[in-house]
Amino acid sequence: MKHTPLYQAHIDAGGKMVDFGGWEMPLNYGSQIEEHHQVRNDVGMFDVSHMTTIDFKGVEAKKFLQTLIANDVDKLKTQGKALYSCMLNETGGVVDDLIVYYQDDENYRMVINAGTTEKDIAWINTQAEGFDVSVEPKLDLAMIAVQGPNAREKVYEAIPGVEDVCGELKPFNSASLGGLFIARTGYTGEDGFEIMLPEKSAEFTWKMLMEVGVKPCGLGARDTLRLEAGMSLYGSEMNDEVSPLEAALTWTVDLTDEDRRFVGRDALETLKDKGANNTIVGLVLEGKGVIRDHQKVVTNNGEGKVTSGTFSPTMGKAIALASVPKGSEGLCEIEMRNKMVSAKIVKPPFVRNGKVLV
Amino acid sequence: MSDVRDDRQYTETHEWILDNGDGTYTMGISDHAQALLGDMVYVELPVEGDEASAEDEFCVVESVKAASGVYAPADLEVVEANEALDDEPELVNSSCYDDGWLVKFKSDGIDGLMDAATYAETLD
Repeated sequence: MKHTPLYQAHIDAGGKMVDFGGWEMPLNYGSQIEEHHQVRNDVGMFDVSHMTTIDFKGVEAKKFLQTLIANDVDKLKTQGKALYSCMLNETGGVVDDLIVYYQDDENYRMVINAGTTEKDIAWINTQAEGFDVSVEPKLDLAMIAVQGPNAREKVYEAIPGVEDVCGELKPFNSASLGGLFIARTGYTGEDGFEIMLPEKSAEFTWKMLMEVGVKPCGLGARDTLRLEAGMSLYGSEMNDEVSPLEAALTWTVDLTDEDRRFVGRDALETLKDKGANNTIVGLVLEGKGVIRDHQKVVTNNGEGKVTSGTFSPTMGKAIALASVPKGSEGLCEIEMRNKMVSAKIVKPPFVRNGKVLV
Repeated sequence: MSDVRDDRQYTETHEWILDNGDGTYTMGISDHAQALLGDMVYVELPVEGDEASAEDEFCVVESVKAASGVYAPADLEVVEANEALDDEPELVNSSCYDDGWLVKFKSDGIDGLMDAATYAETLD
């Protein structure tokens, strides 16, 4: 199995290591629920070095990304600005979801998922043929996500100089400091930074963060946090066969510029005219129990299925994202271990910045 | 390493059974099982008087990670369920052999259980 540069740090911290798409990663360091609360209430950090950074450079970098992804990088005008998007295949299915960071029109950085890295790089290289752009995967970068209401303060305390560079950084923006690339982004619904850094600096930086009281958190808490925040997970809410229009990700698709013929656009336009059948909604279980992935959901408008189900530590209830027929509302039933149980259909997010919103 | 108590017996599916000596037994899940499942968030218990046949799934423990059935080790009748778990399912994590017990039941006898040493060997 593959290891990140922080592997030994996880073992030392008592991390319970699991196979995560070929990477041996910490599921938790004791209690997933405590780690979850730690991030909601204070600050925690995640090793996300298994994710992949790719730099795009060249005179046609902008033109290429405008073809590759469904959101329009023309929205990015200031250095460091970030944009969330999906890249699509010809049938409008999602190859991956990603964040792209702007440096200038000839220089962009992208972060893609770990489990899809090989597929993505092959796809990107194929699409890049004929463009004057270089595709440079930065496989030697580590990435630490520091998240929580006190995350930024703790990062300033742990890493000298960051406050000078990032003190005024707005959400969804990034800045560089020496070898560090620091983005005010995350996957928890809390404030914080995602820090990309050379792998040889990873363990030192991790220890500096621990020293100021930032607690390591595992992938278990990362999943419950992102689910409470209503954020999609590639492979669950969307995949090669599900388009953004069916995954409540229409906001990440930009059809404004008629001339921007990005990959998958034709299929999306056809689907848009016809009307997508399904969408992603949130579910809150009325009674006791835990909603699990793939359980059947019956709504007022037909059948669907749970795409991500869990127990929400913040709400003390089971919650889920589910793919259901459009127009589903009110109460629905979930088939749970051979019983039908009642759940309320809600609009995600469930929790943001420590507050329950549903 | 997992804690295995000498005063009770174990099943292959990681339940422990304690003979109370009066025709009743107390049952829970082993330390190994609770550690594997992770933070417990819900325990579905039978009620007094419920009957189960050997190998029936008659309780469910649900952690953040997964739902796991708890199986009847013999034909049995439930005499008490641990209601404290309704509000504090985490007792199964913090005290799996004491406060985190699941059910007490009556049975004519149970075959095929492992003693602590044998069970401990299966965990290696």
